[in-house]
Amino acid sequence: MKKLVSAATLALSMSVSSLAFAEPVKIGMITTLSGGGAGLGIDTRDGFMLAIKQAGNSEIEVITEDDGQKPELAVQIADKMIQSDQVDILTGIVWSNLLMAVAPSAVAQGKFYVSTNAAPAALAGENCNPLYFNAAYQNDNLHEAMGEYANKDYKKMFIMAPNYPAGKDSLTGFKRFYKGEVASEVYTQVGQTDYAAEIAQIRASGADAVFAFLPGGMGIAFMKQYAQSGVDIPIMGPGFSFSQDVLGAIGDAALGVKNSGHWAKDLDNEANKKFVEAFQAEYGRLPSIYAVQAYDAGQLIASAAAKADVKDTEAFRAELLKADIQSPRGKFKFNTNQHPIQDIYVREVVKDGDVLTNKILAPVFTDHEDAYAKDCKM
Amino acid sequence: MTLALALEQLLNGLQLGVMLFLMAAGLTLIFGVMGLINLAHGSLYMVGAFACAAVAAATGSFWLGLVASLACAAAAGAIVELLVIRRLYDRDHLDQVLATFALILMFSEGTRWLFGSFPLYLDIPPLLQGAVALPGGAQYPVYRLAIIAAGALVAFGLYLLIGKTRLGMRIRAGESDREMIGALGVDIRTLYTVVFALGAALAGLAGAMVGALQSVQVGMGEPVLILAFVVIVIGGIGSIKGALLGALLVGVVDTLGRLLLPKLVGVFLQPAQAGMIGGAAASMLIYMMMALILAMKPRGLFPAAHA
Repeated sequence: MKKLVSAATLALSMSVSSLAFAEPVKIGMITTLSGGGAGLGIDTRDGFMLAIKQAGNSEIEVITEDDGQKPELAVQIADKMIQSDQVDILTGIVWSNLLMAVAPSAVAQGKFYVSTNAAPAALAGENCNPLYFNAAYQNDNLHEAMGEYANKDYKKMFIMAPNYPAGKDSLTGFKRFYKGEVASEVYTQVGQTDYAAEIAQIRASGADAVFAFLPGGMGIAFMKQYAQSGVDIPIMGPGFSFSQDVLGAIGDAALGVKNSGHWAKDLDNEANKKFVEAFQAEYGRLPSIYAVQAYDAGQLIASAAAKADVKDTEAFRAELLKADIQSPRGKFKFNTNQHPIQDIYVREVVKDGDVLTNKILAPVFTDHEDAYAKDCKM
Repeated sequence: MTLALALEQLLNGLQLGVMLFLMAAGLTLIFGVMGLINLAHGSLYMVGAFACAAVAAATGSFWLGLVASLACAAAAGAIVELLVIRRLYDRDHLDQVLATFALILMFSEGTRWLFGSFPLYLDIPPLLQGAVALPGGAQYPVYRLAIIAAGALVAFGLYLLIGKTRLGMRIRAGESDREMIGALGVDIRTLYTVVFALGAALAGLAGAMVGALQSVQVGMGEPVLILAFVVIVIGGIGSIKGALLGALLVGVVDTLGRLLLPKLVGVFLQPAQAGMIGGAAASMLIYMMMALILAMKPRGLFPAAHA
């Protein structure tokens, strides 16, 4: 009898404690909902909101604003969200240059920043911060996987990326693992729409293959123009260049292209099946990697909010670090610099019925860590 | 650098120039005739691309899409002129900039509301697919050659229209003295609507042709608009001839700069840095050129006669 009473008391106290921790959490989502990069931001928002909805915690409130892919606008919104809306957590920024303008100052003001995509090297190493989490990857990771993959077949690579922090991280990451010769290293303008000059250089370079990191509309323009150019050097790239949000607009020109990713629709695990189904049911389209990353960020925040008060920074951070979630990526855990340790695969663009999508070919890295974690002293 | 690469890049520059000309011609006509700064010109380019993509997706024919792009952009231009622009002619440039900037936002959000935020698919028609051999061994996409030809045709057509027809005469007269031609009994309001719709149709045509090469998405017009302004400032505001030469100059300088500057910097620095610094310098090149030209010829290369 005594045992029963103590068990009941314990159960009661646990339920009380979990009630006690249903403290309000205010999340400020700043993402790109207009302009050329809007597809990425909309997938980010929708993936995140799906996780929040599934968590069913009525104390979580999300305010969403559009940054228009402009750093100055992102900074204004962040200031407003922190000062007048009094948010506890910021999230949602797609682009590394915008993140660099917002995240360091947000964490300096004692707010959490949980990144759904952008992961510049500058915040992963020496300047890592206890309040800055990245639910996606470190910028270099997917490019590193392609560098490793290229070793197998190609001796001479032509590599290109846009001229902004993630573009530099991209080519640095690729070269970290690629052992062959780099025929040429080209930086294009962010938002560039005409790649005739670069395609002419590819043709003249004598490379065995091309590695192109061109997210959003840039990749669409490049792939369409490349298909018409008569150049038949194979293309490869990180998953961003061939993500679900752009495949439809690129069309059949993308078929057969190899790209790297930490997730694909056909990744075989229970959480992924549920996620893809729920996303399609909710929004009527296939999710992209941006949606998955944001979904995991949403799950992370919801999981921590269920157990700790966000005002108690230390406790909330400890709960986030546990990463107690069912990620569609399968395995998910945080490294010492609060960036994920995860598997990275090479994928191929295939036609599934009428829809272009990615299929996993083989893992390139298992439990891959980023190169900067060792410089992070927390 | 081989001859083939140089030739290919020259053609690329020409193609970019021709595309810019289609944008700049409308912009400079509207400024020349009505004294109006139209920031929403890029939105008409977007309207053309979306109309082409939507009609091509529905009917399966790029050519019907092209016709639709001309019709939709011209119609959008005429409607905007009748409803909004007409009230701006007597206002100063700041009011015009404000109002046409508002139009950009309305066009962008309206398009997003109709078509969603994800880029649309628009492919090159089968007739113009593939590449042809150039002297020197390189290959060049047929479609880009077709854009150059279409642009040349439009330039010639505009030359005939402005130089040889009654409408052209009125446009020129409107440029030199709008009160006088009103006094002579020309219906200046209709003339303005026609000129605005013509400029819009040219922008729509450019949008549709380029849409097949790039991604058809909301906000695609603004980067081109900036270049088109550079073109008309270099060429001399209000001058079609200036717009043509300015566009070709900007196209060729921009394309060759992107090729040559990284190589030039590469002589002094490591390849990775050279790519970054050269790339950044190349993106500034046309603006430096504009500054230089304005320093020597403050009214552009071919200033319109009246200004």
